[in-house]
Amino acid sequence: MPEATLDRAATVPLTGWGRTAPTPALLTPVHDDDAVRTALAESTGRGVLARGLARSYGDAAQNAGGHVLDMTTYRGVLAADLTTGLVDVEAGISLDELMTRFVPQGFFVPVTAGTRYVTVGGAIAADIHGKNHHVAGSFSQHVRWLDLLTADGQVHRVSPDSDADLFWATAGGMGLTGVILRAQVQMKPIESSRIVVDTDRTPDLDALMTLLTETDHLYEYSVAWIDCVTKGRRMGRSVLTRGRFARRDELPAKRQADPLAYSSSVKLSVPNVFPPGMLNLATVSAFNELWYRKAPTRKRDQLQSIPAFFHPLDGVGAWNRIYGPRGFVQYQFTVPFGQEEAMREAMVRIASSGTASFLAVLKRFGPGNPGMLSYPSPGWTLALDIPVVRGLATLLDQLDELVLAAGGRIYLAKDSRVRAETFAQMYERIDDFRAVRARVDPDGVFTSDLARRLEL
Amino acid sequence: MIDALGSVGSLLLVGGTSDIAAATAHRYLAERPLRVVVAARDTPRRAAVAAELAAAGATVQVVDFDADDPASPARMVAEAAAGGDVDVAVVAFGQLGDQQQLAADPDAVAALARVNYVAPAVVGTVLAQHMRAQGHGVIVALSSVAGERPRASNFVYGSTKAGIDAFYSGLGDSLAGTGVSVLVVRPGFVRSKMTEGLDDAPLATTPQAVAEAIVAGVRSGRHTVWVPGAMRVVMSGLRHVPRALFRRLPI
Ligand SMILES: Cc1cc2nc3c(=O)[nH]c(=O)nc-3n(C[C@H](O)[C@H](O)[C@H](O)COP(=O)(O)OP(=O)(O)OC[C@H]3O[C@@H](n4cnc5c(N)ncnc54)[C@H](O)[C@@H]3O)c2cc1C
Ligand SMILES: NC(=O)c1ccc[n+]([C@@H]2O[C@H](COP(=O)([O-])OP(=O)(O)OC[C@H]3O[C@@H](n4cnc5c(N)ncnc54)[C@H](OP(=O)(O)O)[C@@H]3O)[C@@H](O)[C@H]2O)c1
Repeated sequence: MPEATLDRAATVPLTGWGRTAPTPALLTPVHDDDAVRTALAESTGRGVLARGLARSYGDAAQNAGGHVLDMTTYRGVLAADLTTGLVDVEAGISLDELMTRFVPQGFFVPVTAGTRYVTVGGAIAADIHGKNHHVAGSFSQHVRWLDLLTADGQVHRVSPDSDADLFWATAGGMGLTGVILRAQVQMKPIESSRIVVDTDRTPDLDALMTLLTETDHLYEYSVAWIDCVTKGRRMGRSVLTRGRFARRDELPAKRQADPLAYSSSVKLSVPNVFPPGMLNLATVSAFNELWYRKAPTRKRDQLQSIPAFFHPLDGVGAWNRIYGPRGFVQYQFTVPFGQEEAMREAMVRIASSGTASFLAVLKRFGPGNPGMLSYPSPGWTLALDIPVVRGLATLLDQLDELVLAAGGRIYLAKDSRVRAETFAQMYERIDDFRAVRARVDPDGVFTSDLARRLEL
Repeated sequence: MIDALGSVGSLLLVGGTSDIAAATAHRYLAERPLRVVVAARDTPRRAAVAAELAAAGATVQVVDFDADDPASPARMVAEAAAGGDVDVAVVAFGQLGDQQQLAADPDAVAALARVNYVAPAVVGTVLAQHMRAQGHGVIVALSSVAGERPRASNFVYGSTKAGIDAFYSGLGDSLAGTGVSVLVVRPGFVRSKMTEGLDDAPLATTPQAVAEAIVAGVRSGRHTVWVPGAMRVVMSGLRHVPRALFRRLPI
């Protein structure tokens, strides 16, 4: 599943996961710190950017006409303390590899995205959140330090205690402060590789939000899948899955001998109802219907594997191709608690636009962190995949206005189309971010298509 | 940058006072505010176009451009690019010329060929060079159905458009894989400053319709558009009409 990597530099067209707006760049595999310095020295005015596994949806990991550093070749484990769970890694290592290596040793990644094919560098640069955000915060909060190579060619070890501004500009900073070379990550101790899962089906959005508000704190991990296609009364019907890692003594007797057994392979768990190019309202409705019907109304204490619970889509392979050559976008936004009406209104508008959304995922965020461009903030977050269709640009611009008016924001790792002015209004600490960037990279050597588009 | 949904961040109008160019900018502005560079000769009309675009929400930059000055294209593109990447450039300057006068004045033929062919080809070359380095961008070139099968009534103009059509079509092919693309636009008769006082030809259209076709063509990544769309069929018919008959057609 990870992208094929080049063994030497070549100019290639690059896109994100949504496969929209490709641009060419000189892609260079990185094996050591000096490769980054060489790129800086050779930079021609179009700048330099780090790229991980390209699971950001839009143009965050693209740099038209410039240098792009493929970090996935820089992926060693440098040190691992199995008493404390502190691991020192090179930034190109994937969460997949961290799990394969450390789950059998009793440690899980502190935060994982809906896919495990993301790099540690990408996880920090987007300050990713997982199903445990409401209790654990986002990825950067579990990073003890990171080594950042800045525009002057120097490596700085920064942390929340040492040059905190640079640390919190880099966490969520989308690669624009420099290249993250290494990081120390606090892994999470686990007794088993199974999750104890509770499933609830709710008939509509209100029921879902109520359930989440009342009982989310009882669970370590929580996420809801929402049907955004069905209109009217049943709009927002959903399947909520929540869980926690099982203790060893909760496993069936035969598993207790090897409680940490881990295999990343998982059977296809999403009904494969989409022949290529067949994504439309009918197929999406069928999918939504199936998913909803398939889920139990209420189920308790079901044991699931890590891939089944956290990364069901990773079993489907390159599912981003089902959207066809025009690609797709993901619209993910958050609104503060108390702005549930705005969330509902956004869903109504998407449902009534007839724009098929394959996946809609709702989560309740906990407190945010000092990351200047870090996305999570207390409230609700909804993420929807939408194929590129006529009129979508206008619809999403209108949703941005709605989200902004509600005091919310969109997520850069998913974005490929927000307006620069709108974005700036959504992130109140954008000037702090710009100030740090001006300090460490006065000439703006580190840049990306996203940075140009959003005038960051 | 042109984003995932085809929204444009910056637009360069070469021949910024052209009715078609201005209509294109207004069409984009109806979707979102954007940066517009108006490259044109220093005339009251230029100031008026700039003011109208600013009023419609554009961040306007005015740049001198004179197709009669060989040094102008390079300077113009450099000045436009100083303000940031150029996402879409519309090459829209041109003159119709007076066929009767042209028949009797070789110097006027040379001058028209310079404005309508030499200058756009130079501009296209400079733009392509710049966008190639930039790694992205779309060049929109205003060709014309007049270049498809030149007529006795305006063949000098038609021949310059045939040249420009060939130039930009070839340029587009040469840029494959660079992130840069070219859209060749072939309008029929457009009611603009250029055709003021002339009688409408069949299928006459408006600068707004041409703008609509340009925006849609850029968004969907097309290489050629005809305006109105029916022109494509009409012209492919006309191409095969025997010469004796073609000469007598009232077009
Ligand atoms: C199916 C799917 C599910 C997802 N689920 C979630 C989710 O639940 N929660 C969530 O938060 N996100 C989620 N994402 C988004 C994903 O986690 C982020 O986009 C993440 O940044 C991807 O990491 P990557 O290694 O692929 O980085 P890329 O996409 O390659 O790059 C992302 C950004 O990080 C920067 N970057 C990468 N490496 C470095 C480095 N070494 N130094 C400096 N900058 C660097 C790049 O410049 C770019 O700006 C999901 C994506 C997919 C496709
Ligand atoms: N109108 C039609 O029927 C039609 C049909 C097919 C194709 N086209 C093509 O579409 C393009 C735009 O035409 P339009 O209809 O918008 O006409 P327009 O309004 O007359 O625009 C043409 C512009 O070209 C500019 N120009 C002329 N000579 C110049 C020079 N030496 N240097 C710089 N600029 C110069 C003029 O700018 P100034 O203000 O400086 O004079 C004028 O604004 C042209 O290429 C035209 O050939 C037009």
